[in-house]
Amino acid sequence: MFTILEKNDLAAKVYRYVINAPNVARKAKAGQFVILRLIDDGERIPITLADWDPISGTITLYVQAIGKTTTIMSQMKAGDALLDVVGPLGIPSHVEKGKTLVALGGGFGIAAIHPIVRAHKRIGNRTISIIGARSKELLIMEDEMRAASDEVRIATDDGSCGTKGFVTTILKKMLTTHEAMDVVLAIGPVVMMKAVAELTRASDVETLVSLNPIMMDGTGMCGACRVMVGDSVQFACVDGPEFDAHKVDFDLLVARQKMYSPQEKLSMEIFDKLCKAQEQRETAAW
Amino acid sequence: MEKIKLSNKDRMKIPRHDMPEQEPAVRAQNFLEVPLGFTPETAMEEADRCLQCKNPKCVAGCPVNVKIPDFIFHVAMGNFSLAAQTLKETNALPAVCGRVCPQEDQCEAVCVIGGKNEPVAIGRLERFVADWERASGVVTIPPIPAATGKKVAIIGAGPAGLTCAGDLAKKGHDVTIYEALHKAGGVLVYGIPEFRLPKNIVDAEVDYLRKLGVKIECDFVVGMTRTIDELMEEDGFDAVFIGSGAGLPYFMGIPGENLNGVYSANEFLTRVNLMKGFVFPNLSDTPVPMATHVAVIGGGNTAMDSARTAKRLPWTEKVSIVYRRSLAEMPARKEEIHHGEQEGVEFLLLTNPTKFVGAEGWLTGMECQRMELGEPDASGRRKPVPVKGSEFILEVGAAIIAIGNGSNPLINKTTPGLTTNKYGNIIADGFGKTSREGVWAGGDIVIGAATVIKAMGAGKEAAASIDEYLRSK
Repeated sequence: MFTILEKNDLAAKVYRYVINAPNVARKAKAGQFVILRLIDDGERIPITLADWDPISGTITLYVQAIGKTTTIMSQMKAGDALLDVVGPLGIPSHVEKGKTLVALGGGFGIAAIHPIVRAHKRIGNRTISIIGARSKELLIMEDEMRAASDEVRIATDDGSCGTKGFVTTILKKMLTTHEAMDVVLAIGPVVMMKAVAELTRASDVETLVSLNPIMMDGTGMCGACRVMVGDSVQFACVDGPEFDAHKVDFDLLVARQKMYSPQEKLSMEIFDKLCKAQEQRETAAW
Repeated sequence: MEKIKLSNKDRMKIPRHDMPEQEPAVRAQNFLEVPLGFTPETAMEEADRCLQCKNPKCVAGCPVNVKIPDFIFHVAMGNFSLAAQTLKETNALPAVCGRVCPQEDQCEAVCVIGGKNEPVAIGRLERFVADWERASGVVTIPPIPAATGKKVAIIGAGPAGLTCAGDLAKKGHDVTIYEALHKAGGVLVYGIPEFRLPKNIVDAEVDYLRKLGVKIECDFVVGMTRTIDELMEEDGFDAVFIGSGAGLPYFMGIPGENLNGVYSANEFLTRVNLMKGFVFPNLSDTPVPMATHVAVIGGGNTAMDSARTAKRLPWTEKVSIVYRRSLAEMPARKEEIHHGEQEGVEFLLLTNPTKFVGAEGWLTGMECQRMELGEPDASGRRKPVPVKGSEFILEVGAAIIAIGNGSNPLINKTTPGLTTNKYGNIIADGFGKTSREGVWAGGDIVIGAATVIKAMGAGKEAAASIDEYLRSK
C-alpha cells in the first residue's frame, strides 16, 4: 500500500506528501520521477521526486493542485493510500565531480532541483541555488534548499523576499559579472526554462532542463511525451527527463502540454459541481 | 448416445455454425463484445462436425498444441467441464485465445474437412468452453506438485509471461510476475479493445493464475525498479523469463508528426482500453481525442482495433483507414477487416500520408499521396509506388499511427551480457534461452510484433526449458 504518512499544506495549493513506496525509495536517484494513480479509473500523472529515504522506504513529493487528479490528491489525508506509485523512472541526473552548479527552481520546480543540487554538493561540487516565487509566502523548501546548497539566492516577483524579479533576473546578473559556473540547471514553468536557455545560449554554459510533458505509461511505450531535442524526437520518460536546454523546442512543449486542455477543463467543471453538491449535502445534513 | 453413431459422411453434412453477433449499427455505438458466443446446443452440434482424426493436424497447427480433438469430443458429449480441463492442460488462457487467435491461419487452416467444406469452428468452441466454465463458477485447479523451492521471475504480465508463469507454477516452482503497468494482462488489457476481448475475461484468466500460486506485482518496472542482476543476485531468483513485449511505437518520420491530435496506436488504445477513456469524463479521468473525423494509418490488426475503437467514441462521426497497399496485402485478419467495413469504417487504400498539416499546434489534416502497386518487395508483397501529382488533403482532427512497434530498450540497456539484434530484439534460441545464464526471453521482445498466441507458444517453450534447467541445478 502506498500510504500517505505525512501531508503538509504549504502555499498556493502546493502540498508536501511523504508516501510509503519502498521499491521506489530503494532505487531512486536525483532527477528521477514517479507516476501516480490515486483511484480506480483515475489518470496516471508523473511527479518528480523531491526526496526519498531508502531506510524508511518513503518518498517525498510536492504537488500543486491544478487539475482534477491533483485536486483529489490535495483532499487526501495522512493515512489515506494511493492506488499506484511506479518508479523510479527516467534517466538520473548526470552528477560529475569538479563542477560549479547553478540551479534555478521556479515555483514547485524547486522540489525537482532539490535532490540534484544535494547530489552535487555531496560529491563536493560548489552549488548555488536560485529559487523563486511570486511572493515570500509562496516560496517553498527554503530551509531544505539551504541545507542542500552552498548558497541560496532568492527572487520574488513582488520583492517581498530577496531580489525583486524572477530567478532569471539573478542569473542574468551572474552572467554579466562573469560569476564562475560550469553547469546551469533550470526546472520550473516552461517559460522560465526557455528564458534560462536564452540567457545562457550566448555564454555557452552547459544548461540542462527537466521536461514535464504529458505522460501515460512512463516506460517508452506510448510516445505521448515526445519532445524535439535538436533534430531528434525524444521520449521524455525514457530518454529524459533532462535534456540540453539549448536544443529543446520549448514552443512545441508548450503546445503539446495543451493537448487535453479542453477535456481537462470539462473534467474539472464536472468535478467542481460534484464537490459543491457534496458540500451542500453535508451542510444540509448538519 | 445417438451421437457416436454419426458417420464421417453425416458429420461432414453438418454446416459450420455462424457466430451470432451484435448488429453492426448497434455495436458501432457501444463497447460491448461483438460476437455473442455459441449456445450449448450450437456448440455440441458444431463439435459433431469434428472427425476425431487419429493424426490430428490441428494440434500441430496450434502454437501451444491444444489437444483439439479431445476437448471437442467432450463438447460433443456435453461434458463441458472435462472439455475445459483438457483445454487448460496446454493453454492457460483459453477464453482469450478463443477470441483473438487467428485460427484461420493455424488450427483451422489445417483441419482435414476444411478442403471441401468449411473447417470445424475450433476457435468458437474453445471460446464457448472457456466461457461456460467461467460462468459455471466452478474452476478446476489442477493438482500442484510439492514446492521445488526454486524461484522464477517473469517480466511482463502479457500473453508470453502469463503462459510461462502458469506452466512453471504447475510444476511447483515459486513464480512472481513483475508488471510495469498498474494492471496485469499486457497487450490484452492496454491494446486489444473491450469489444473484442472484454477485460473481465482477462481478469478471470489472471485470477486463475493467482489460484495456481503465481504472485503478480504490478507498478514494477524491471530495469528501473529493479534490474535483472538484482533480481538474481540479491532477491534469490534462480531463473528469469523476459516477456516485456514490443513496447516502442514507430512513427512515420514525416513533417507535422508532433502536432496535437497525432497519436501512436499504443497511446490511443491505452487511453481508451486500459484507462477507460471511452467513459471520460464521467467515469474515467483519462482524456481521449474528441475529433469528428479520425484517420488511422496502417493495415494490421492494431490499425483495425484503433479504427473500430475510434468509431465507437460518441463524438466521432467518421473513421478512415489509410493504407498504402491494397486490401489483398493487408496484414489484418479478414474477420477484423470485415467487422470494420460492417461498422462503417472507410478504407482509403493505396494511399500514403506524406505530411501532417495543422494550425496553431493542432492537427487539421493530412496530406496524402495516391499509390500504385509495383514489383514485389522483400516481404513478397507488391511494393507501393507513389503516383506523381496525386497529392490531396484529408481533413482530420485526429490521426492514429498504427504502423508497428519496435522493441522497448529498458531491459536491454540495464542488463549487461544480454545479446540483442540490430532491431533491439533479444536473441534467444528455440527454447527461449538468451546469452545470459538463467535468463530466457520470448514473445514480441524476441520475434518483433506478432500475435498473442505466438507469444504464448514462446512462453510455453521457455517454461519447459526453465523447468528442465531448474531440475538439473
